[in-house]
Amino acid sequence: MTSELDPIASPSGFTPRSTGGIGLWVTPVDEVAIEARARTFTTRSIKKTSKRAALELAISCIDLTTLEGMDTPGRVSALCRKAITPDPADPSLPSTAAVCVYPSMVPSAAAFTAGSSVRVASVAGAFPSGMSSLEVRLADIRDAVAAGADEIDIVIGRGDFFTGRYGRVFDDIVAAKEACGPAHLKVILETGELGTYDQIRRASMLAMAAGADFIKTSTGKVARNATMPIALCMAEAIRDYVEQTGEIVGLKVAGGIRTAKQAWHYLVLINETLGPDWLTPDRFRIGASSLLNDALLAIRKLDTGRYSGPDYVSID
Amino acid sequence: MGERLDIQKTYKLFIGGAFPRSESGRTTEVVAADGSFVANVAKASRKDLRDAVKAARGAQSDWAGRTAYNRGQILYRMAEVMEGRRSQFEVELVTCGSSAADAAAELDEAIDLWVWYAGWCDKFQQVVGTVNPVAGPFFNFTVPEPTGVVGVVAPEQPSLAGLIARLAPVLVSGNTAVVIPSEVAPLSAISLSETIATSDVPGGVINMLTGPKLDLLPWLLGHLDVNAVDLTGAPTDLDPAVLDEAVGNVKRVIRRDPADRGPYAITDFCEMKTIWHPIGR
Repeated sequence: MTSELDPIASPSGFTPRSTGGIGLWVTPVDEVAIEARARTFTTRSIKKTSKRAALELAISCIDLTTLEGMDTPGRVSALCRKAITPDPADPSLPSTAAVCVYPSMVPSAAAFTAGSSVRVASVAGAFPSGMSSLEVRLADIRDAVAAGADEIDIVIGRGDFFTGRYGRVFDDIVAAKEACGPAHLKVILETGELGTYDQIRRASMLAMAAGADFIKTSTGKVARNATMPIALCMAEAIRDYVEQTGEIVGLKVAGGIRTAKQAWHYLVLINETLGPDWLTPDRFRIGASSLLNDALLAIRKLDTGRYSGPDYVSID
Repeated sequence: MGERLDIQKTYKLFIGGAFPRSESGRTTEVVAADGSFVANVAKASRKDLRDAVKAARGAQSDWAGRTAYNRGQILYRMAEVMEGRRSQFEVELVTCGSSAADAAAELDEAIDLWVWYAGWCDKFQQVVGTVNPVAGPFFNFTVPEPTGVVGVVAPEQPSLAGLIARLAPVLVSGNTAVVIPSEVAPLSAISLSETIATSDVPGGVINMLTGPKLDLLPWLLGHLDVNAVDLTGAPTDLDPAVLDEAVGNVKRVIRRDPADRGPYAITDFCEMKTIWHPIGR
């Protein structure tokens, strides 16, 4: 029983269900080293042909996101069309992995993406704060799944996490996973609020042990978003987790990734940390909205040899 | 006490209000009229040009959205700040081959050009805008609007006054500019960037790329996010294939005598918008 884990006495040990009660060890993170390592991923020289392949891969890994209070079925319809056919002038480009919307927009998104490869992801569980009772959060998740969501993005309770109630955070994720049913569960750590790499690593291990299919950096709703060192910290946690349990967990980076250049920096990070097996939409996602346009402009530059501008792609 | 070491200035680019080196790391030597070494000047690459256009595009709506009066104030401020630094400009012009008297005269002209175009900011609309008689119940009028991002290839000589003569009219209506200054005498253009940075001109409104014009021109003319290019300072025997690059986005290509002043130098970079407003009851 996971909730019997004494949260204060063993702050860094978690017990994944699949290991039959054998605890996981969370290794400490060397802050200086991880930041230095993360910087090296931005200095690779990527040649033209690889660039194009990387951009297409990045597009196929995007969760095209709109999380605005002013979202309407009309906006979601435009988003879905763009997700299915990112560039109408170049139908050879892949669709994005998913569209990511609020629960009330899931029926629209499901209708507009029907028949395509684009999945519907919904934030749920009192996103973006997670500050509601468990019952309300679970109802939110069930509601979104019933409306047609293939993937659910929830955020961990940072309040419980900071006060050392790891058991409760763990149980909440387990309950959320059950509520998801067939839908995939992505667990947002909101790394911008966790403070240290050790905390990020601990939260990553906890979320994976509790059954997350993906761990995700941020909601995009706080000032500090995904950064390369944070993504590296989480990727290393996944690597450790896979080594210790054999279970596959994906990584989603979100928030602040706007340029094609940033996207291939993250692809390099994933390739060199988790290996090419993770370079697929099943195991790596980028939550973004404006990134897609920048990737399209970069592809056009590669194809035509001319720089393009925002006038030549659709408005988000 | 030994002799004091010289403090040499690094002549860098001006993009988005900052002074970066070229992303390529390359520089070109600038030599004085007598052939002696003067300075290493950053040699802009196509990626610097891309960054400059991006900065100019980002700054354009804010610059155009300011009141014409405010743009006039800022251009006048350029004159004020240049006046305070004129000795530095004169030294640089002399270093690049002008006589002291010519340099002083060029400074007078350069500073006066800012004042002249500062005045035009809230006046040219009244000169070139029209109220049109139409056969219908409409109030029909035409107003000039900025075209957007403009590439300015500045004349080789006069390197400072010529540059301002072509740059100032671009700014008047609310365009932002990517400027390629004189290749033989780029020093004063870089010092002008320092003046721009301290004259309330918002970052990105003026971007300065020193480097070989013939390297940068195909990228500038082919760039789909540049609305117009002023080729006044480009070689007259430019390869037609390079000029054809401008066709892709129906870019406006202008060539004028650098001595031309007045509203038509401004409207070169304006779109005329006509509005049909219903009247009557």
